[in-house]
Amino acid sequence: MPALPPRLTDWFAVQGWTLHPHQMEMLSRTDEAATLLIAPTGGGKTLAGFLPSLAELGETPAAGLHTLYVSPLKALTADIRRNLGRPVEGAGLKIRIEDRTGDTSTHTRRRQRADPPHILLTTPESLALMLSYEDAPRLFGGLRRAVVDELHALAESKRGDQLMLGISRLKALAPGLRVVGLSATVEDPPALARYLAPAGCGVLVADPGPDPDITMLDTDEAPPWAGGGGRYAIPAILEEIRRHRTTLIFHNTRAQAELFFRDLWLANEDNLPVAIHHGSLAREQRQKVEAAMAEGALRAVVCTGTLDLGIDWGDVDLVIQVGAPKNVKRLVQRIGRANHRYNAPSKALILPANRWEVVECQAALAAVRERDLDGEPRGRGPRDVLCQHILARACAGPFLAEELYLEVLGAGPYSDLTRAEFDACLDFAATGGYALRAYDRWQRLKQTGGHWHLRDPRAASVIRQNLGTIVGTETLSVRLRGRGLPLGEVEEDFAATLTPGDTFLIGGEVVRFDGLRELTVEVSRAPGRAPKVAVFNGTKFSTSTLLTHRIMGMLQQERWPELPAHTARWLALQRELSRLPSPDRLLCESFPHDGYEHLCIYGFAGRNGQQTLGLLITKQMEAMGLAPLGFVATDYATLIWGLEPVVDAAPLFDATTLREGLEHWLAGNAVMKRTFRNSAIIAGLIERNNQGRRKTGRQASFSSDILYDTLRRHDPGHLMLQITREEALRGLVDFGRVEDMLARTGGRIDLLRLSRLTPLAAPLFLEPGKVPVEGAGRERLVAATAERLMAEAGLG
Amino acid sequence: MSTHHPFRLLGVALEARASGALWHEESRLLVVSDLHLGRSERLARRGGALLPPYETRETLARLDGEIEATRPARVICLGDSFDDLAAVGSLDEAERLWLARLMAGRDWVWIEGNHDAGPVEIGGSHRAEVGLGPLVLRHIPQAGAVGELAGHFHPKVVLAGRSHRAFLIDGARAILPAFGAYTGGMRPDDPALAGLMAPGGLAVLTGARAIPVPLAPLRR
Repeated sequence: MPALPPRLTDWFAVQGWTLHPHQMEMLSRTDEAATLLIAPTGGGKTLAGFLPSLAELGETPAAGLHTLYVSPLKALTADIRRNLGRPVEGAGLKIRIEDRTGDTSTHTRRRQRADPPHILLTTPESLALMLSYEDAPRLFGGLRRAVVDELHALAESKRGDQLMLGISRLKALAPGLRVVGLSATVEDPPALARYLAPAGCGVLVADPGPDPDITMLDTDEAPPWAGGGGRYAIPAILEEIRRHRTTLIFHNTRAQAELFFRDLWLANEDNLPVAIHHGSLAREQRQKVEAAMAEGALRAVVCTGTLDLGIDWGDVDLVIQVGAPKNVKRLVQRIGRANHRYNAPSKALILPANRWEVVECQAALAAVRERDLDGEPRGRGPRDVLCQHILARACAGPFLAEELYLEVLGAGPYSDLTRAEFDACLDFAATGGYALRAYDRWQRLKQTGGHWHLRDPRAASVIRQNLGTIVGTETLSVRLRGRGLPLGEVEEDFAATLTPGDTFLIGGEVVRFDGLRELTVEVSRAPGRAPKVAVFNGTKFSTSTLLTHRIMGMLQQERWPELPAHTARWLALQRELSRLPSPDRLLCESFPHDGYEHLCIYGFAGRNGQQTLGLLITKQMEAMGLAPLGFVATDYATLIWGLEPVVDAAPLFDATTLREGLEHWLAGNAVMKRTFRNSAIIAGLIERNNQGRRKTGRQASFSSDILYDTLRRHDPGHLMLQITREEALRGLVDFGRVEDMLARTGGRIDLLRLSRLTPLAAPLFLEPGKVPVEGAGRERLVAATAERLMAEAGLG
Repeated sequence: MSTHHPFRLLGVALEARASGALWHEESRLLVVSDLHLGRSERLARRGGALLPPYETRETLARLDGEIEATRPARVICLGDSFDDLAAVGSLDEAERLWLARLMAGRDWVWIEGNHDAGPVEIGGSHRAEVGLGPLVLRHIPQAGAVGELAGHFHPKVVLAGRSHRAFLIDGARAILPAFGAYTGGMRPDDPALAGLMAPGGLAVLTGARAIPVPLAPLRR
């Protein structure tokens, strides 16, 4: 076991630090090719990951990159630089630590490539970019260790798949590279270990620590019937802020965080220092908050998932989760943000945003107490990410297909990729992969003397600009007019709805829209005006299977003594006016409301499953002449509206018809098109941004929907369509959970025809994310709207 | 509601068809604008994305349908028929034959656009403008002109939550929607279009049917 530099152990002793058992254990595993460390938040994971590097580097290390650290968040790399810098500088070690993210200046990046630090802190996207340069072999050739932080979070998205491909590339560039993964508590450690290193990976599980101190926040006022945000509880929350040193208030979406912060500020009569932090705010704004937080100058920060991951800030002694956490693992990780000390219980409050969430929060609390963690098994590595990896690899220089294939097999998510699958991705990257080989002349990659390379080296800059797997909607920056002060970003779709004079909320203040200048939204301050709410397309998590099962269990109880009286009364009222859903039957309600007919299906199949159900059922309804207009899905139900009432539900739920319908339906619907667009951007079929060519929302480029339709008609076996289908089935479509639901209810369908909407259906009317149904009903509406406008204009 | 919307421009009777083509019954004239044939090939040639290379046949199939339905004596393509002049040469044999078959037995005019300025070598005549009684057909509308049939802007209109390619029509001119498969669009409240069309104008939505709506409420 390599020894830590004596000056460092001395410094630890002076500080009164003693290493935890799992930190010592990491040091003794220094030579292991791959190690996964699982430790609770606050367990000193990151230091544990770096100890072997500090031991190897010693007091006066030789020049060159020794350790690469990758984290999912830019903020985290800055934080780690601070935290790791303390002992390194304190002990006087000559170890250079720098970070390199999208925020790093071009000048610094160039310098880092020529003269790299000993420890480089970065993100998966920046790593992919660095690997795409011709000098990658020189930069990474001497790399000894790679540390992947928050592996559990990365493994949940394509960013993790991209990173695993990158790590595999690093292993090829730097033989003997040792890899360490750091993760919070997960339900299946061996699976995560295989993801990190399929050839073999040691697993070290640290002591999980004491049970958290977590309760539901009691308020005088009952939560609203629907909606989110938890603003009803602001007086109670202010009281908690006063009683604690520093409080983190987590929200599930940015829009909710904005609204909440504004109202919190209005109610903040004592002028407590509170701030807001989320991913849409300008970097300068975020850094100000982060600095104030580190100094302990803030009493509370309203935030979103950007603070989810191990940022170690000041003296947080209370975490409040606003809104249902959707899955138990995430709740456990957020709770860890409070009381960031090993072996001290975390204190957290959970605040349901509406009545339904009272039930969900209660179910989540029971699961946390029983240490019952949820998790869905991971699918195979998505091939759109591989297509991008191949293009990026070509930017770095010529390669042999055989070598790249073997390299890709070394990445956990791709360890069972067949050669034929790999070749199809290579063909797509080279020629577009069309049945009609139209682009043989214009292919992107060419093979010369066995080696693949870019046909036109200038294409590299476009490929590099499109690296990354996060496909968001296009955003425009918001600036104060005249002074040019950046406030943050709004989505292009939202910006397109603004007319001069409109007001909206950003960074907790109300601003007036003055105009659009190129790609910047110009605003001026307009305090006191009633704002519109910027729609942020935040991530929508599905409530986990584990939680939905616990909820359905709760609904079967005779009484609900564990729930607040208002929520218990609500459930009882639903039971009285309609019925409560049960696990072995499928409850459907049909009722007229606001001029339309409605059908509410309580399938409890998770948001994506319920959305799929909505798409399939509306298709059936269209065929039956019920003229559906649209639907909206939540984790527990789908609400469909249309022009005709549903009087017989059984034909809608025939499993065989649904399964057959799925095949036809996969063809041409909005969800598939959205999935196609995302995959097409990742795989490099559509450019996400091409400098100077980007237009504002008013003049869109050709639509990816038309590409999808054209491809389907002329080349139905195309790789992009295969990828889209796989993707949709496991992600947005989640048909598996629909099948589980059908099996669970076994055709026992109860359709209740009611005269008005029911207590349980009411919240669905306020859900965002409504999906329009393109069919006869919509045609009828377009025609009617046009006629009305013509008549009003005297043109009819 | 029907497959076309009849209207008059300076007394000339015209039909805005649901397909996005314009029909002049009196001279049996079919007008289509902004076909942008060869668009994906041009992007590929310039080192851009390799888009599905099927849009030319997609566009030809729709044009074929319109010619089949109307049996025109004369077809005028109102500019930007090809995404650039090199795209003319890049048509494959089947697409050339298809186009030749469509052109056979009728008068065919290519009006030059900003994408395809030069003459094309696949038959038909090539003109900057064409007159039709008191009307003039040209690619880019001219501010202040009266009696104009033009294209260039690819107008699109959002109604009841859905985006439609649309004709824009007022007393002075009609702007045709793009007929080509891979074309973007411009909303009527875009400054470039808002300045051209009179407030009392109409938009005619295309798609399954031709649906007229007043232009004023579509602008803000």
